[in-house]
Amino acid sequence: MGVQDLEREGLVRPADGAFEVDGVPAGLVARPGSVEEASQVLRAAAQDGLAVAFQGGGSKLGLGNPPERVDLLVSTAGLDQVLEHAAGDLVVRVQAGARLADLQAALAPAGQWLALDPPEPRATVGGVVAANASGPRRLRYGTVRDLIIGITVVLADGTVAHAGGKVVKNVAGYDLAKLFCGSLGTLGMVVEATFRLHPLPAAASAVTLQLETAEEAGEAVRLLGRSPLEPSAIELTWSGPGLPARLTVPFEGIRPGADAQAAAAAELLGRVGEAAVLGPGETEFALAQLGVLPFEKAEVVVKVAYPPAELPAVLADLRAGPLLGQVRAHAGTGVLWVASGFRDVRSLATAIGRARERLAARGGSLVVVKAPPELKRAVDAWGPAGDALGLMRRVKERFDPDRRMSPGRFVGGI
Amino acid sequence: MDRQALIRRLESIIGPRGVITERNQLRTYECDGLANYRVIPSVVVLPETAEQAQGAVRACHQAGVPFVARGSGTGLSGGALPVSDGVLIVLARMRRILEVDLDNQRALVEPGVLNLQVTKAVAGDGFYYAPDPSSQQVCSIGGNVAENSGGAHCLKYGFTTNHVTGLEVVLPDGELVHLGGGKAPDPPGYDLLGAFVGSEGTLGIATKVTLRLLRKPEAVRTLMAAFDGTDQAGDAVSSIIGAGIVPAAIEMMDALAMEAAEAAVHVHYPEEAGAVLIVELDGPQAEVEHQFDEVERLCREAGSTTIQIAADDDQRALFWKGRKSAFAAVGRISPDYYVQDGVIPRTALPEVLRRISRLADERGLRVANVFHAGDGNLHPLVLFDGEVEGQERRAEELAAEILYTCLDHGGSITGEHGVGFDKKQHLPRQFSAEDLDAMQLVRCAFDPEGRSNPGKVFPTPRLCGERPGPRQAHPAEQAGLAEVF
Repeated sequence: MGVQDLEREGLVRPADGAFEVDGVPAGLVARPGSVEEASQVLRAAAQDGLAVAFQGGGSKLGLGNPPERVDLLVSTAGLDQVLEHAAGDLVVRVQAGARLADLQAALAPAGQWLALDPPEPRATVGGVVAANASGPRRLRYGTVRDLIIGITVVLADGTVAHAGGKVVKNVAGYDLAKLFCGSLGTLGMVVEATFRLHPLPAAASAVTLQLETAEEAGEAVRLLGRSPLEPSAIELTWSGPGLPARLTVPFEGIRPGADAQAAAAAELLGRVGEAAVLGPGETEFALAQLGVLPFEKAEVVVKVAYPPAELPAVLADLRAGPLLGQVRAHAGTGVLWVASGFRDVRSLATAIGRARERLAARGGSLVVVKAPPELKRAVDAWGPAGDALGLMRRVKERFDPDRRMSPGRFVGGI
Repeated sequence: MDRQALIRRLESIIGPRGVITERNQLRTYECDGLANYRVIPSVVVLPETAEQAQGAVRACHQAGVPFVARGSGTGLSGGALPVSDGVLIVLARMRRILEVDLDNQRALVEPGVLNLQVTKAVAGDGFYYAPDPSSQQVCSIGGNVAENSGGAHCLKYGFTTNHVTGLEVVLPDGELVHLGGGKAPDPPGYDLLGAFVGSEGTLGIATKVTLRLLRKPEAVRTLMAAFDGTDQAGDAVSSIIGAGIVPAAIEMMDALAMEAAEAAVHVHYPEEAGAVLIVELDGPQAEVEHQFDEVERLCREAGSTTIQIAADDDQRALFWKGRKSAFAAVGRISPDYYVQDGVIPRTALPEVLRRISRLADERGLRVANVFHAGDGNLHPLVLFDGEVEGQERRAEELAAEILYTCLDHGGSITGEHGVGFDKKQHLPRQFSAEDLDAMQLVRCAFDPEGRSNPGKVFPTPRLCGERPGPRQAHPAEQAGLAEVF
């Protein structure tokens, strides 16, 4: 069956100019309501040679390079069910289109959650997997690759394949779930995922530290890393050059543990600057603040990854040129988000190139996560992918020999 | 290239002292920790550097000869079983810790470094390496990477795959690539590191490994609780997890396993106990103290008859010694035994244990149970006497039935020992032909000629020259000449 047949059945319809991926308009759209339908759609697209992209909550459609073409945009919105919550086993199996927020709400009555806190409020489970979205608490819980234990995907030819399972400990077969984490729709469509869950912390207590310099921030992170304290995040908020910065360090768990740790952290960080344990209301406010990236209005946002101990040096690297604006860092893990002002393409592209060189020398990377089309045309969103790029291409060729899955969006033009 | 030419080539790369060709010496390497299967390799090489390892792989590639990587040879699934016409590449001489970077909490090590050696190197600074397979005194980091090794503490801390952040890998054609970010997170591109860890040596050889180091927890508390039977012990596990507590470890041993361990290491398990739990909590002092009291209470509520609390590190070490030596100790109560490794959803534990006991009774065999109860990873030890006609065959059948029971409950055929050579015929019971074909796409990308550890993991190799696409039955299969297991 070709796509025309599916159009007659109502499974595929014209996009009518209403859908796009990073500025590239979609020709057709589909919203399968089951794994079988998703398989049917991709099989038909294979038969007709259509380029396919995927959409969850839509919050990451601007990530990566613009696709070369989008003949068909497949939405996961019709796959939004929580399939199985085995509370006693701390495991949940969920369809890709389920909103993360809805999943958390479904898990909360059992006192559990999927320990992922990406900032995008509309994020879907499949989108979090495909875009490797993460948030402040990755310091404690890791990222989606560390929590996913099973996956169901529809491959480019419509084949439905599974890997992993629904037990946390499992080394049977290759770990395809991790391969799909962050693959941005270039290997196929994620339709279901199974995750290990964590108990919801019953209490939280946070410490803040006022900072004057990047060196102080580095010292604070170093002290925390050398201590036996177990913060769930270490977040740096900085409004930009010449302005003061703040470190927020939440401790979550049971009340006596969170309070004792916060007190110890305040004492430890007091060696660096003015540190204080927040009151209950302030803690709640601070945690809510950590849940969003304050970059809504920024035209250009870059994500910088680096060895966490090199925070001051990385900030110094970025300071040269027009790149450095408002900063939020997951300072304990070595990820910082920078909102840059957008003046002209050439100076920004040059600054990105220079920053990438310096970061590469440190083993880090810089990804442009948000940019106007003219900047996207001037710089590669991902930067160099290292000496394994050839191997990545070979993986892509095996999974998608006709190069129809989100062509051009990923590293090295994959 | 004939064997002699390949040997000369390997000697020129590694030096004659690193190349073994005498049959008697080759025999040393004929099996790994699973001695049921033995194959004498054509040649054994012992490289001392990544360049030598790369040279050996390239020589194999050019000669069209398969190779198998081996670390310490402690694996329990025949994953390092040699191939008779191939080269066994032993990484045991690559044993340097190249860098320790405490501020970034990373260590860069060679694959032959022993698991426990990493912790020993950083313990003085208050750090440790979390994955702790029972064989940690002798097993190598390279082997851990291949098998995605677990251990008793992975309930809270995860597996090798969660603690390896970078790899230098020699691909089967001799190309050297770097996977993962190492010290920096989120490198752009596919997570090939995630695909490589646990691929059981079928995608290439890791020559350098970046490990995550953790700060030693402020407090550790361990208790050993005895119960009348495994049902009550299982109830205790459920209520601990249900209370929102994530212990560092929860281990269970049944009466027969205790009997064996007692004979070996004299832990003084309570007599008449039908099951014993070891529960360990670690973390910040205030949290651990509070939750430890709760665990003790929950154990009593579930019917624990006696609870011993480790007074110090020595007593804690004794509790663990009993548990970690249980496999070997079974040798004291049975002439032969078969170590099984399966996983079930933890909540199915009581039901599965009853079924295992019924299956054992039907065959007139005994099964000692040791397991990571927190994550449902069972290690039933099937006892038999190879001298008694038919017992070995019945033991093998029982071991297989136990795996199928795990699968019936939505589990897995292996939680940490790997598929290797031993379990490859069972893999199609867990995954469909389509699933296995999708996995083989990765194999074909890394190793299109299938030369890296051939004959492991997958029951039937896929010809990578085929155009990838919908699965078609092999002609022999279509003709009814062969069946897919």
